[in-house]
Amino acid sequence: MTPSTQQDPAKRVASIEDRVAAIESVLDDHAMQPDAFVNTFTEWATEEWLPANGARVVAKAWTEPDFHARLLANGIAAVSELGLPMPAHHRHLVALENTTTVHNVICCTLCSCTAFTIIGLPPDWYKDLEYRARVVRESRTVLREMGLELAPEVEIRVWDTTADTRYLVLPERPAGTEGWTQERLASLVTKEGLIGVARI
Amino acid sequence: MNGIHDLGGKEGFGPVRFSPNAPVFHAPWEVRANALYSLAVKQGIYNMDEYRYAIERMEPRHYLNASYYERSLTSLASLCVEKGLVSHEELEHRAHGRFPLARPPAAGRPNQPGRERFVPGDLVRVREDHVSGHARMPGYIRGKIGRVVTESPPYPFPDAHAHGVAAQPEPTYDVQFNSLDLWPGCAEPAKVHVSVFQSYLERASEH
Repeated sequence: MTPSTQQDPAKRVASIEDRVAAIESVLDDHAMQPDAFVNTFTEWATEEWLPANGARVVAKAWTEPDFHARLLANGIAAVSELGLPMPAHHRHLVALENTTTVHNVICCTLCSCTAFTIIGLPPDWYKDLEYRARVVRESRTVLREMGLELAPEVEIRVWDTTADTRYLVLPERPAGTEGWTQERLASLVTKEGLIGVARI
Repeated sequence: MNGIHDLGGKEGFGPVRFSPNAPVFHAPWEVRANALYSLAVKQGIYNMDEYRYAIERMEPRHYLNASYYERSLTSLASLCVEKGLVSHEELEHRAHGRFPLARPPAAGRPNQPGRERFVPGDLVRVREDHVSGHARMPGYIRGKIGRVVTESPPYPFPDAHAHGVAAQPEPTYDVQFNSLDLWPGCAEPAKVHVSVFQSYLERASEH
């Protein structure tokens, strides 16, 4: 119980919109120009931080062996070649390569950390209690429930984002895509594939 | 802290509410809340560790019932009050109702003295530490043995950084655990990789 709920338990909780407006007015009082920043942020979140970024990275790695090696060696440097930035507190980007015998899947059991500039902001299910609680302990069942049935011989590696290293799953290139352009290959790669709850 | 946020391995939860291509935002207030907490970080009001800790300090019933963006908003508001930008009373006046905040912080701690440098292949044990302040060690690895896979660049030690305690940046190690060591006899086989700060680790001997 917060101090004011103890003082006045009968008072109703303010609507979420009113709480947002209240805190926005406080930031405005301190000359932080929240309204302008909301517009800028909305543009970033809806037009720049998209899974299409990660899809371009994957398609380039599928078709250029030198880039593939650079991506595995230093993820942040490799994605910056495509003009893709990462926030200052993301100190390391690790590409996790799926093979016929290894499947990688990303989570954040403590909150919701993701390489959001590369794979997009995390969806609800990634931040929900169910995914965070279960995927580390019963990964095969969780993936099956989400529509991904893995063969019993495939080793599952679950990556819990508990520090400031960020991850990107590098899916296996689908068969039958020989000779495709990077653009066409990138169109196959989804946010779910980059998190590792789907195969491409 | 051994808080409600530390969900890894908790049992009783049902299916993930999954849909492909799920929208990131569902209402205008959500993108505003996300933008505002991000603005406060950019303005230096608090850092990401303080932000995460203020979410962890939410009263558990509130945490479990709040959506992700409500948790963000609650952390932002709690830190604005704690850092003196506004009083709780004024905030509630402006919001026309109660504005539940996080519970008060506990003390932080500096880096572990005498911590060791590890290399890939080393066997490590997660220390049996219990702290009431912020930590980035999920409870399911406490006391467990795993193997170092890689080292990541140094970062401020979260147990200090969330509390304004002076500390040195330290590396994190990607440590691979076997799910059946984490939950013996009660997990599906998998490798679980966790990014573990150096202060949380000690050397373990080969069996």
